Amino acid sequence: MRLLRPLEPIQRLPALVAGCVIGGAILLAWSAVTYGGLARTDFLPEPHKVVTVLIKYTGSGQLLESIWVSSRVVLLGFFLSAILAIPAGLFMGSFRLIQAGFEPTINFIRYLPVTSMVPLLILWLGIGIEQKVAVIFIGTFFQQVIMVMDVVSQTPKDLAYASYTLGTSRWSAVFRVLLPYALPGICDAMRITMGWAWTYLVVAELVAANSGLGYMSLQAMRGFRVDIIFMAILVIGLLGMLSDMAFRLIRRRLLAWAE
Amino acid sequence: MLLEAAKLSLMFARAKGGTVVAVDDVSFAVRENEFTVIVGPSGCGKSSLLYLIAGLYEPTAGTIQMAGKPVDGPGADRGMVFQSFTLFPWLTVRENVAFGLKRKSMPAAQAQPIVDRYLRDVGLLEFADAYPKQLSGGMKQRVALARSMANDPKILLMDEPFGSLDSQTRHVMQELLLNIWEQQHKTVLFVTHDIDEAILLGDRVIVMTARPGRIKRDIPIALPRPRHPDIVLAPEFLAIKRQILDLLHEEVRRSLGLSG
Repeated sequence: MRLLRPLEPIQRLPALVAGCVIGGAILLAWSAVTYGGLARTDFLPEPHKVVTVLIKYTGSGQLLESIWVSSRVVLLGFFLSAILAIPAGLFMGSFRLIQAGFEPTINFIRYLPVTSMVPLLILWLGIGIEQKVAVIFIGTFFQQVIMVMDVVSQTPKDLAYASYTLGTSRWSAVFRVLLPYALPGICDAMRITMGWAWTYLVVAELVAANSGLGYMSLQAMRGFRVDIIFMAILVIGLLGMLSDMAFRLIRRRLLAWAE
Repeated sequence: MLLEAAKLSLMFARAKGGTVVAVDDVSFAVRENEFTVIVGPSGCGKSSLLYLIAGLYEPTAGTIQMAGKPVDGPGADRGMVFQSFTLFPWLTVRENVAFGLKRKSMPAAQAQPIVDRYLRDVGLLEFADAYPKQLSGGMKQRVALARSMANDPKILLMDEPFGSLDSQTRHVMQELLLNIWEQQHKTVLFVTHDIDEAILLGDRVIVMTARPGRIKRDIPIALPRPRHPDIVLAPEFLAIKRQILDLLHEEVRRSLGLSG
């Protein structure tokens, strides 16, 4: 089989077909189980019910409102974190002393489950947007710092050396050599942590919120509306996919020089 | 003397404990417009010596003087071409060559003809807008050479610049460097383990001992210039090669723990 050789690339068409087959199979299994009466539809909704509720909520504007509320929190928390994490990671990756100073503490915090801090954050910040932004910030910042630091510290030393012999000072090499060299890796780190930011959003909204996609899902559970829960899951998944694509596009456009 | 190294030593601590002496009590001087080559068995500290002169490493003992001033850290007066590929991947070929000129705040209009001239010298003017990832290894090293030359350093340090290229490409690169040098007589300090390369290019070949690196012999190369790569077959060339081979052979045997 030409298509099943380890590490060998395949063409676009078979790749596309394979993706559709898997997606289609899941959809087919879902339909078979629900329409075939193999599962209780009050626990697992039929596909058309999810589509119907999606259309209804889109029409009423409720869905867009929830998407807006949730996206705003994710973007706020994510970018606040990124703005601080990128310079912090850059300095930690550049200077071993700064790394030695901060890394142990950051690694300690990094492995604390963010969920364990939610009660504390509610106590401090209430259940408004501040609390949710804080959850996302804490969930992403420490991961971002370590990932950016790793990427920067992998810059080949000779690249910095070459810049010194061309008249660059050691301080400005951080910005003129280490930062640009690390940009593709930083972009990847942002793409991955964006996915986590969505996870923490839902956690924050499930625990304490009065609007947003997670909240909508929680309300639906209380009303036994699995179709709405499924819609919310679907929408969160799609939004995540969209932001992933946006990062890939940025990387391909702006960082075309990378291997 | 343009460059003077006096009683240079470099020691560094091994991770498992103990120290390694990479360079041991090395003294030599380089005249202006001279092409000096350092040869030695691998691991003899010849690259470390070059990094010391570039100011990238700090000597454990000894001093380096460049045009009468003590060397304290790296600077644009000592340009360097590295064995590893060190082009900046996010810059085009042209931007790479202009990198040093930009650090000097030279206006673009003034830098452009200089960049073009050195790109033409290395035969890559038509690749000016390509990114390094689109270039072969030999092309990358030609751009690296142009980048160092365009910055007009007082001395050009070259650390086995053709060491990671295949032998065909290496020969072409040696010829190219020879041609450029014959026109400009830039002061060069060149490190290699390739004896043919050393004699072909150098006005003078310094042979180093196996670790700890010391100077074993300083041999003037009186072959006439301009030189052509065919000179490697001339009897005078072969006589020098025999002499250096014997010196190095001794060192390699010693470093492998074989007597005599």
